[in-house]
Amino acid sequence: MPSLKDLKNRISSVKSTQKITKAMQMVAAAKLRRAQEAATAARPYADRMAEVLSALGAAYAGRDGAPALLSGTGRDQVHLLVVATGERGLAGGFNSSIVRLARDHASRLIKDGKTVKILTVGRKGNDILKRTYASNIVGTVSFRDVKSIGYANAQSVGEKILAMYEAGEFDVATLFYAGFRSVISQVPTATQLIPAKLDTAPGAATPAPSLVYEYEPGEEEILKDLLPRNISVQIFRAMLENQASFYGAQMTAMDNATRNAGDMIRKLQLLYNRQRQAQITKELIEIISGAEAL
Amino acid sequence: MAEGFKIDIVSPERLVVSATAQAVTVPGSEGYLTVMAQHSPLMTTLKPGFITVTELSGTSHRFFVTGGFADVTPASLTILAEDARPAAEFDRAEIEARIAEAQAAANAAPPESRNALQAIADDWRNLLLDASVNTSVAH
Repeated sequence: MPSLKDLKNRISSVKSTQKITKAMQMVAAAKLRRAQEAATAARPYADRMAEVLSALGAAYAGRDGAPALLSGTGRDQVHLLVVATGERGLAGGFNSSIVRLARDHASRLIKDGKTVKILTVGRKGNDILKRTYASNIVGTVSFRDVKSIGYANAQSVGEKILAMYEAGEFDVATLFYAGFRSVISQVPTATQLIPAKLDTAPGAATPAPSLVYEYEPGEEEILKDLLPRNISVQIFRAMLENQASFYGAQMTAMDNATRNAGDMIRKLQLLYNRQRQAQITKELIEIISGAEAL
Repeated sequence: MAEGFKIDIVSPERLVVSATAQAVTVPGSEGYLTVMAQHSPLMTTLKPGFITVTELSGTSHRFFVTGGFADVTPASLTILAEDARPAAEFDRAEIEARIAEAQAAANAAPPESRNALQAIADDWRNLLLDASVNTSVAH
């Protein structure tokens, strides 16, 4: 049975934990709003890019001589998994759910006899993955010192991946991140980066067949210019979604933690009160029985 | 009164401008071109340069882009640029750094790709010339 003093210490320590989680929750909520705004602001660009690419890509569908970024290397042996996670923990299952998806993917590929290479973006993913796949990790990028993620950061990752592709280090690249649905729901998502998967569904790809585009310089040059850009844009978008998901997950996790701390304080307080009462009663009994003995 | 059309300038980070304009001058990769309403559909890549947007009222705004591409349809013009900002924020020193960088890359490149890299460096140089012709941004 803990003493009164122990209980008092427990209560005050849980109370200060609660204060911290409460503060973290509020900070996450404020940052979430900003991250969501950034993700929304990036959407027009990404959407337009996808539209233009699918229009251009449709023209190339089934034709020879398409750029390698679109048609692939023709092999399916070496896979690059780009795993984008957060820089920090304390966000519930955020980091581990992304990593779990990537790990499932990796083990499936390895079972099929493929070679798997992993590029981690974000410190946490690297920390978790290096336990099981240390030999597969070919690189890691961390944005710990970056205050707010800009397009330049995504571009540097994109260029790294492109350089690897040009050097023939992999055939297929897949990007893993947490898609932001809502504050309480973040969905780990896998997107194929290379070869580019274009939305060539009929109807979506050709909105107005009457529009015959003129291309300057040529169609091919534009496509060659766009495809590498598209990689950076997709990474940027994933990073922004990740950011929003991270704060969403952190907010929910911290809200839970605050509530748990509240429950714990209530229980401990009850125990404390009971014990204090028991002690008072015990003292009274001692006094009374002492008086009676006289 | 000239006919208006919709102009959007978007960068990956934000929507820079969304307005109705009567004419927009764009630094296309094959040279500057001015787009007005009812332009035939055109898609072009952009060089580093200045975009001039002339609104229906006749006032014009200038923007600086480092590259990207433009999608022209009869009713709208969409410019996707990695970096787009008002010309007032144009930074001469930054461009000079870019020139030096591009020139160094061109000098270090093997002969077969040197011409292409030299062209990039020249594009940036031309940009500085453009900027000094326009007194509103040269200082």
